[in-house]
Amino acid sequence: MYDMKALYEAQSVEDAIRLRVEHPEAQIIAGGSDVLVQMREGRRAGKELISIYMIDALRGVTMDAEENLRIGSLTSFSHITRDPLIQKYCNVLGEAVDQVGSPQIRNIGTIGGNTCNGVTSADSASTLHAWEAIVELTGKDGVRRVPIKDFYIKAGQVDIKPDEIQTAILIPKASYENTFGHYIKYGLRNAMEIATLGCSVNVRLSADKKTIERCRIAYGVAGPVPMRCPSAEAVANGAQPSKELSEKFARAVIDDINPRDSWRASKAFRQHIAVEMAKRALTRAVELAGGEMA
Amino acid sequence: MSAQYKLVHCTVNGKAVEKMVDVRASLTDMLRNEYHLTSVKKGCEVGECGACNVLIDGEAFNSCIYLAVWAEGKSIQTLEGLLSPEGELSDIQQAFVDETAIQCGFCTPGFIMTAVEILNTNKLYTDEELRKLLSGHLCRCTGYENIFRAVKKTMYRRQGKTIDF
Amino acid sequence: MSKVGKSEVRVDGFDKASGRTKYYEDRMPAGALYVRIKHADIAHGMVKSVDTSAAEAIDGVVKVLTCFDVPDIPFPTAGHPWSMDPGHQDVADRHLLNRHVRYWGDDVAVVIAENDVAANQGVRALKVEYEELPFVLDVQKAMEDGAPQLHERFPNNILKHTDMRKGDYQKAIEEPGLIKVEGWYDTPTVQHCHIENHGCYAYEENGRIVVVTSTQIPHIIRRAVGQALGRPWADIEIIKPYIGGGFGNKQDVLYEPLCAWCSTQVGGRCVRIDCSREETFVSNRVRHAIRFHIVTWLKKDGTIQARKVECFSNQGAYASHGHSIVAKAMGSFPQHYPCENMECDAWTVFTNRPAAGAMRGYGMPQASFADECNIEDCAKALGMESYEFRKKNIMPQGFHDAFSGNTNYYDTYRECMAKGAEYIDYARKKKEYANDTGDIRRGIGMATFWYNTAVYPISLETSSNRMLLNLDGTVTFQCGETEIGQGADTAYAQMVAEALGLASYRDVRVKSCQDTDITPTGLGAYASRQTYVAGFSIRQTADLLKEKILKYANELTRQSVACMDIVDGNIVRKEDGVVLMSLSELAMTAQYNPVHSEHITAESTYTIRNNAYSFGCTFAEVEVDIPMCKVTLKNIVNVHDCGKLINPALAAAQVHGGMSMAIGFGLSEQLIFDEKTGKPLNGNLLDYKLSTFMDHPHLEAEFIENAEPTSPFGTKALGEPPACSGAPAIRNAILDATGVAIDHNPINPHVLFAEFSKAGLIHDDWREEEK
Repeated sequence: MYDMKALYEAQSVEDAIRLRVEHPEAQIIAGGSDVLVQMREGRRAGKELISIYMIDALRGVTMDAEENLRIGSLTSFSHITRDPLIQKYCNVLGEAVDQVGSPQIRNIGTIGGNTCNGVTSADSASTLHAWEAIVELTGKDGVRRVPIKDFYIKAGQVDIKPDEIQTAILIPKASYENTFGHYIKYGLRNAMEIATLGCSVNVRLSADKKTIERCRIAYGVAGPVPMRCPSAEAVANGAQPSKELSEKFARAVIDDINPRDSWRASKAFRQHIAVEMAKRALTRAVELAGGEMA
Repeated sequence: MSAQYKLVHCTVNGKAVEKMVDVRASLTDMLRNEYHLTSVKKGCEVGECGACNVLIDGEAFNSCIYLAVWAEGKSIQTLEGLLSPEGELSDIQQAFVDETAIQCGFCTPGFIMTAVEILNTNKLYTDEELRKLLSGHLCRCTGYENIFRAVKKTMYRRQGKTIDF
Repeated sequence: MSKVGKSEVRVDGFDKASGRTKYYEDRMPAGALYVRIKHADIAHGMVKSVDTSAAEAIDGVVKVLTCFDVPDIPFPTAGHPWSMDPGHQDVADRHLLNRHVRYWGDDVAVVIAENDVAANQGVRALKVEYEELPFVLDVQKAMEDGAPQLHERFPNNILKHTDMRKGDYQKAIEEPGLIKVEGWYDTPTVQHCHIENHGCYAYEENGRIVVVTSTQIPHIIRRAVGQALGRPWADIEIIKPYIGGGFGNKQDVLYEPLCAWCSTQVGGRCVRIDCSREETFVSNRVRHAIRFHIVTWLKKDGTIQARKVECFSNQGAYASHGHSIVAKAMGSFPQHYPCENMECDAWTVFTNRPAAGAMRGYGMPQASFADECNIEDCAKALGMESYEFRKKNIMPQGFHDAFSGNTNYYDTYRECMAKGAEYIDYARKKKEYANDTGDIRRGIGMATFWYNTAVYPISLETSSNRMLLNLDGTVTFQCGETEIGQGADTAYAQMVAEALGLASYRDVRVKSCQDTDITPTGLGAYASRQTYVAGFSIRQTADLLKEKILKYANELTRQSVACMDIVDGNIVRKEDGVVLMSLSELAMTAQYNPVHSEHITAESTYTIRNNAYSFGCTFAEVEVDIPMCKVTLKNIVNVHDCGKLINPALAAAQVHGGMSMAIGFGLSEQLIFDEKTGKPLNGNLLDYKLSTFMDHPHLEAEFIENAEPTSPFGTKALGEPPACSGAPAIRNAILDATGVAIDHNPINPHVLFAEFSKAGLIHDDWREEEK
C-alpha cells in the first residue's frame, strides 16, 4: 500500500480547483506513473494526493474554433498516438509519445503529467517545444495560456499556480500547418527506456520543396529543461536542403545545448549524439515534407 | 492518519463486485488481497516489469501503479478470467503451454493478458510491431523467443492462417 | 516408445498458464507481520547507535530489532553441501544484522509491523549513527597495503589465492620468435534479475521453526538457518514452493535466517520478508566482477607455446560462494585451450560492494569473455582466421582431466563449431562484411566455452528420491532437486516414466514442492547438475520399485520375476508380450489385499562420483552504427553438446534464456557504483539495462547429441552453459565490424563512444576546441 496521508478525488475541473485551494500541500496525481513511484521511494511518502484521474472531460483530442489542436491533459500517450487528428496534423507527437516506457506506461501516462513534472527527459517535451505548444491552465480566476517554453521554469518546476491545474495542451494552427517532423529518442535499449537524449525536428518547405521556410529543433536532456536551438534553426531557415546543410545545422546545435555529465551519460557523449541525431532528424523531416537532401 | 476507505464497485472477470478498499491500496493490492486473484504478480511495484499487468476496459495496465479506487466503474480482467467455465485453457494460454513459452511462470500472467489485448484487435502485426506491443514485460527465463512464437502463432490462427517457424 | 528425447509439454504448464500456481507470497498466512530492513547508507563503517524511539512510536509497529540485538553467531551463506571436513567448509562471516557495515545496503536493523506502510515508515524513522571508514570498490586496489580492511581474518582483503602450474612458463617464453598477445579483460557486476524477488515467511510450530521461502536449495537452507540461530538443524523445516526464477541468487542463504529469527522474537508469530526489487539488486547477491590478465605466447605456426593467466575476483563485502567461482574460472583455462606451459593465479578479494555469489555460469561467463577475447586477438596477431585458430588449439577429442576424471569422449567442440558456422553462414559473411566501410558496418564473430556438470569431486554429489505406486497405477515422485522454472519436474517425469516403463510421463506425479521434513534430501538447483545427478538416483530407485512391483506381481501371477517387465504401465510377460495385469490392478490388489497388504514404495540415495564435460559455442552477427555508437545484434546461434536431450523443446528454451542473459552481459547489463560514496546507482529495472523484447533478434538453439557415457540417460549439463559464450562472440563480431577490440563488457554506447573516439572512427572537432 502507498504511504499517503489522504486522497482527495476530483470529479470535475472545478472540483480539482476547489481541492487545490483547500489542500495547498497536496500533490496532484494524474496517471500516477511518476507520483506513485516517488511515493513508494519515500520521496513523497506521507503526502496528501489530489487525484484528477477520473475527470474524463480532460481526455481526448479535438480541433478548436481557431483550428488549433487541443489535447486534453489526461489523454494517455497511447490515445494520442492512435488519434486521427494527431496522425493527420502532428504525427510526430504521436510517434514521440509512442516511445515512452512501455505499452502499459503509455496507457496510464498522460501528456499533462509528462509536462507537469517538469523533467527534461519527457518524450513529449522536445516535440511540444519544437511545435511551440501552448499550455492551458485553469484556475479560480479562469483560463490562462502559456507558451511551453515559459511553462518550464527549471528542472522539476513548472508554472502552475496554487489554484490551477493543467487542462490542455494546444498545438496552434500556425505551428502545424504544412509542417512535418521527426523525433529520435536515444536510449540504451529499445523499450522501457528513459531518454539519454531526445531530438525533435520539424520543417516547412516552400511549395517547390527547394527551400526550408521554417525549421525548428528541440531537445530533451540537453539541458535542465527541454530546449530549442536558435543557432541551428538560423542555419536552416531559408536554406536549401542538402547534406552539407544538415552537417552545418547539426554542428550548430553544439552552440545551443548544454548537457551535463551524469552517471547516466557524459556531456561529451550527449553532445556527440546530439549532433548526429540533429542531422538524421532533419534529413528525415525534410523527406517527410516531400523534399530531398541534395 | 485515520484510515480512509472507499466502496469501489467494478466488474472483475465479468462479475459485478464491490468492496470497501483502503484508498492507499494499489489495484494489485486489491486484486490479490480482496479478490484473491494471485495471478497478479509483484516484480518491481513501479511499472517496469509488467508482472502485475491486467486489462482495464480492455487495455493493459500495470496494476501496481494504479490506485484501487480508480477501478470504480471499470471492467477488470485477470488471467483467472480466461479459463472457460469447464476449466479449459483459452487458445493463447494453450499456445503458451504448447510453445514452451513458460518457464518459471512468474511473468506469464502479465504477458498473457497483454497478448489478449493484442489478439483482441484482430490485426495481423509485423514481427517488429508485435515485439513492440509485448515490450512492457521483462522475462529472464525465455529470452522472449517462445513467447513471441506463442503470440504470433495464435494471432495467425485467429485469422485462419498458419505460420511456420 | 521411449519417454525421453521427446518434447513433452511441461507438467506445470497448465497451472502456470492459468495463473493458479502458488509462489511463496500466494501462500502467505493471513496476519503475517511485515519485516522491513534498514539498509546502511554508507559503504563502510561501524554502527555506533540506532535510535529506535521514533520508529517504535509509529502506530502498527510491533518491534524494532537492531544489530545490537542479534546473536553473535557467524554463519556461512553459500549454497554448498555441508562438508564434514572443517577445512572445506564455507567461510562463516555473516551475522543476522551487522554492526560492522561493509557495503552500501548492508543490513543494520529491522522493523516488524502489522502492515507494510507502518513497517516502511518505521524504517525511515530509524536514526543510525555511524563511524564512517574509508571504503574500496576496486578489486586490485583492495589488495594493496593500506587499503581499507573488511574482515580481520583476511589480510589485504584476500579471501583466498590459488594457483596452477604446468610445464615451465618462464623457460618456454624464452624461445626466440614467439608472438606475445597480452590483455587485461574486465567483466562487470551484474544481477540475476529473476522476476520474482526473493522473499520468505517464518513461524513457529510445535517448538520448531518453519520457513517457506523462494529458494533453489531447501535442504541447504535448513542447515544454514539452524547454524545462524544456533539451533539443531532438525529444528528447522524449510518449505520451497514454486519460485519465479533464481539463476543462482537463490542458491544462497538470503533472508531465511533473519526471517526465522524475527519470528522467534515475536513469540513465534508468522513474519514475512519480501525483498523489493531494489533490495534484490543490492542486498541479495550479484555475479562476481572478475578482472583477467592474460599473456599468451604463440609460435608462428599457430601453436600456443605458453600462457599466463591472472584472475582477480571481486567478492564484495561477504564471502558467500567465495573462491569457488574464480577457481572454476581459472580451472577452465588449461582445459579449454590446453598448452604445455601455464602459470595461473586466482585471487578472491573482499571489497565494499554487494556480496557476489553464484550466478548462472559460475565464473564461466567471465572466463569465456576473457579467454575468447584473448584467443581472438591471438588469431589476429598471427594473421590466422580465428575459427581455424580455435580448431587447431581447442581441447582435442580424448583429452582427459585427471582432477575431475572427465574425458572429452567426442570431438565435441569442432562438431559444435561446424554446426554453428553452417547455420550462420560464417565463412561467406566473414568475407562479405570485410568490405564494409562507412557509418554502418557489419561483422560476425564467434566464441566457445568450457563447462562441466555438477560439483564432484570438489563437493559432495548426492541425490535422493522416493517413488510411491498409486492406486491408479501412476507414480508419485519426490526429490530434493528443485524446479525453479527450468523444467526439472518435467524432465524427472520423463526419466521416471522411462525407467519404470509407464505409459506416459503424465503418469508420474512430481511433487514440485520440497518440504525438508518430508522430501528426501537433495542439494537443489545449481551447477547444472539436476538432470544429470537425478538421472542416477531415478534409475536406481526405479529399479528398486520395479523389483518390488514384479515381486508382488509374482505373487499374483505366479510368473517368475525374471520373466516379467513393466511396459506402458502394464505387467507383461517378456517372452510373448502378453499383458498380465495393469499397474493399477496390481496396486489396488496390493493395497487392499486382506492377507498381504502393501503400499509399494521405494526410496534411495545415490552418491554420484562422476562429472561430465558440456561444451558449445556461440556465433553472433552485428551491425554497428558507428556515429550513433550503437550495436544491433542481427543474428545469434548457440550450439551445445549436453548429451542426449531428455526434452528437446525445454532444452532449447533453456538455451534461449541463457543466450538472452549473455546478450545482456555483452551489451547492456552492469550494476554501477558511485566512486565517491560507494552507493549503487542503478539498482532498479529502469536503470539496469536488462534486455527487453525489442533488444533481441531470433535466438537459435542447436544441439549436438553425443551421449554422455557416465549418465544413465546419456545427459549432462545444460542449465548454465548457454550463458557463457554469447558476450565474447558479440565482442568478436564488433571487432570484425569495426577493427576495434574492446576488452571490457558490457559494450554499451558509452563504451563504444570512448573506444571509437580513441580509434579515430569518430571525431568531434568541438571537443578539442573545448579543451
